[in-house]
Amino acid sequence: MVAGFFVAIMILTVLLFLARPWIPPVASQHGNGIDFLINYLLLTSGVIFIAGHLILSAFVWKYSRRGAPPYRPLSSRTEWAWVLLPVLLMTAISEAGVLVLGLPIWEELYGKEPKDCITVEAVGKQFEWITRYPGKDGKFGKVRPDLVHDIENPLGLDKDDPAAKDDIVLRGPLHLPEGKLAQVQLRSHDVIHSYTVPQFRIKQDLLPGFTTSARFRPVRAGKYEVACAELCGLGHYRMRNEILVEPEKDFQAWLSQQKGWFE
Amino acid sequence: MILSQELHEHHEPAGFLRKYIFSTDHKVIGIQYLLTAMFMALVAAFLAILIRIQQAWPETAVVAPETYLSLVTMHGTLMVFFVISLALVSAFGNFLIPLQIGARDMAYPFLNMLSYWVIVPACLLMIASFFVEGGAAAAGWTAYPPLSALKEAVPGSGLGQTLWLLGMALFIASFTMGGLNFLTTILNLRTKGMSMMRLPLVVWTFLISTILGLLSFPALTAAAIMLLLDRHAGTSFFMPAGIVIGEKVLSHGGGTPLLFQHLFWFLGHPEVYVLVLPAVGIAFEVIAAFARRPPFGYRISVYALLVIAFLSMIVWGHHMFTSGMNPYVGEYFSTATVLITVPFAVLGLNLIASLWRGRLRLQTPMLFGLGIISAIGTGGLGGLYLGTAASDIYFHETYFVVGHFHFMIGTVTFFAIFAGIYYWFPKMFGRRMSERLGMIHFWLTIIPMFSAFILMHVQGIGGNLRRTYDPSSYAFNEPVRFMHVWITVLTFVLSAGQILFLVNFFWSLLFGRKAEDNPWEATTLEWSVSSPAPHGNWGAELPVVESGAYSYDPSSSDKDFLLQAPSWKTSQ
Repeated sequence: MVAGFFVAIMILTVLLFLARPWIPPVASQHGNGIDFLINYLLLTSGVIFIAGHLILSAFVWKYSRRGAPPYRPLSSRTEWAWVLLPVLLMTAISEAGVLVLGLPIWEELYGKEPKDCITVEAVGKQFEWITRYPGKDGKFGKVRPDLVHDIENPLGLDKDDPAAKDDIVLRGPLHLPEGKLAQVQLRSHDVIHSYTVPQFRIKQDLLPGFTTSARFRPVRAGKYEVACAELCGLGHYRMRNEILVEPEKDFQAWLSQQKGWFE
Repeated sequence: MILSQELHEHHEPAGFLRKYIFSTDHKVIGIQYLLTAMFMALVAAFLAILIRIQQAWPETAVVAPETYLSLVTMHGTLMVFFVISLALVSAFGNFLIPLQIGARDMAYPFLNMLSYWVIVPACLLMIASFFVEGGAAAAGWTAYPPLSALKEAVPGSGLGQTLWLLGMALFIASFTMGGLNFLTTILNLRTKGMSMMRLPLVVWTFLISTILGLLSFPALTAAAIMLLLDRHAGTSFFMPAGIVIGEKVLSHGGGTPLLFQHLFWFLGHPEVYVLVLPAVGIAFEVIAAFARRPPFGYRISVYALLVIAFLSMIVWGHHMFTSGMNPYVGEYFSTATVLITVPFAVLGLNLIASLWRGRLRLQTPMLFGLGIISAIGTGGLGGLYLGTAASDIYFHETYFVVGHFHFMIGTVTFFAIFAGIYYWFPKMFGRRMSERLGMIHFWLTIIPMFSAFILMHVQGIGGNLRRTYDPSSYAFNEPVRFMHVWITVLTFVLSAGQILFLVNFFWSLLFGRKAEDNPWEATTLEWSVSSPAPHGNWGAELPVVESGAYSYDPSSSDKDFLLQAPSWKTSQ
């Protein structure tokens, strides 16, 4: 009976994983690499999972019956020889995932800062995301924590800094051009948050006192949900925002209509 | 090194208080730990049920958001430190180590008693924290600052978080006392003939867990003290300058929240192995006794355990791939982390191969033992997705993680606790548990537990984030949200099964059939003494060990096993 259970749960698990692609459709360039890696892991670990459970249930079934072949001791040589199988198999499978498939993705995410990209800022505070564009000068102005005011100056922009004058501050959705590499600089006002967009396959923590960044190239126009992935307090579950990915032309048209916070 | 133990008569203490409450007998202390863990398990399970109701039917808002965060925080803390650590390491370690190595008691019996009596106030502090202003700690069992440091950030970070930190400090003090005892006892009090390579595998796992615990817990002690100072003394170990809450700039400055994460996981990751390794040890014990053959590759398993222990100390950063830590360091942690699958796969192979050509007896302890093999395989393979840094970017903080660790430190450990209780109950209490109820309990445990945690993996693939009060707040959750209802229903079934277990446990304790000395026909030393094991364990003369821990020979027709100290009984 227990042998049957192991086969049953194995089959159910495999069916459940295959029933439909549960993962939200990918919409960023490096996301394709991550999906390929996930599929690789599903395939390799799936084969081991199936084989392991089949052998386990076969042994349980066979050796709990009368008349099964009797025990015979194995030499330590034979034991070591068998152990080579999991050692070689798991070393190859796991490190191929990390080093062969994983490293290039890591390079895309964290490698040298690219030149041709659009840089925006997303600031996390309990419990909302505030977006800032650098404005026409392409430079983010200075911010000061003591200037932060929920309504009048949510980021604490410093009026005296000329670079701050044209900074665009938004409480609504973030707009991004399709096909262009985006670098989202991340800052937190209070506790740790984490900026995640499941369809883009990005997740990056925001730490007070640090600036981190998330980098991705959106490849499909559309509307995407931003969520907070690190427990940040009562409203953690509703700390959401949206990203609107538009064709370059529409994006530029939209951007040119935005006014700086102090303009 | 094998020291001969002095022969001094162990007089059994006479009064009730010295015999059952402030006892220094390792067996009584082990049972005290077990009962304490069972009580804490009821509390933690109750929290889990509330969490599940909220997840399945968020529109009913059965709890408020702040309460929900306290629930997930305390469910994790209680289960990891006050249920599984206590039951698996403290309870079984105390009960088994002296009996299995041929000692009369632990090396430091008084310290042992003290370690238990430090845990009691720790449990009380944790429970009391639910009833203080602001409620229990709500910053997650990981207690990351600044959330856990600032009472402005979340209500639970008031007095509740202080009690949490004090409770953890007491827990660590207790675990350190217990660990020193385990280490000294195993190294110094083995009886004549009990060489290291004749130790039962479960004793090896206790030894390795203890060393891991002693090496890693001090990091959390330091972190807890620094966090207490940040909270109450105005220091800024974890607090950078410029934190703004409600338009107010805090006066902290100069610290970094990343430091806490490193310190926490320097303990947190080895802690997982402190729990999982004894579970593997119990699986080996039970499977050898019920497959009637020695485990496959004893020596290889010992080496694999040592490799796992070493690797577990140098991979803590895999919990922090997305934390903003240096990406080069992240890539190192990833490379090292996935290597752990290698010794684990070796253990898996050894466990499965230990069934090969055995004569399996499918009684309750064995069923749970077999469940451990499957759960280690499933949970372990899930670890690959999370240990690989690039795929962890997607899976981090989703239900995939929740499903994964509920397999490893939920299912594997609980199955080991159950296997251990069914297996050693006769030696603990001198009575047998009901096999029929045990079977029903097994099925009512394995079916809902495996199904629920596999569903959580699928939800994680769907992107459902953990620690969300209301999963309907994100549209990307919708395709997998219906599974929350399934999981909650499975939780109800699981809970019903555990009521059956409690009934079986306490009924058998009082009215169970009297147990023979060696009801399972096993070989290790504890089965030589009478059931329940007497005070002082060994009467006038210590046993002399003549063979390895698993002298089974299924080919012989009458008696297929040989006790490790076959001549001891007759010398009494």
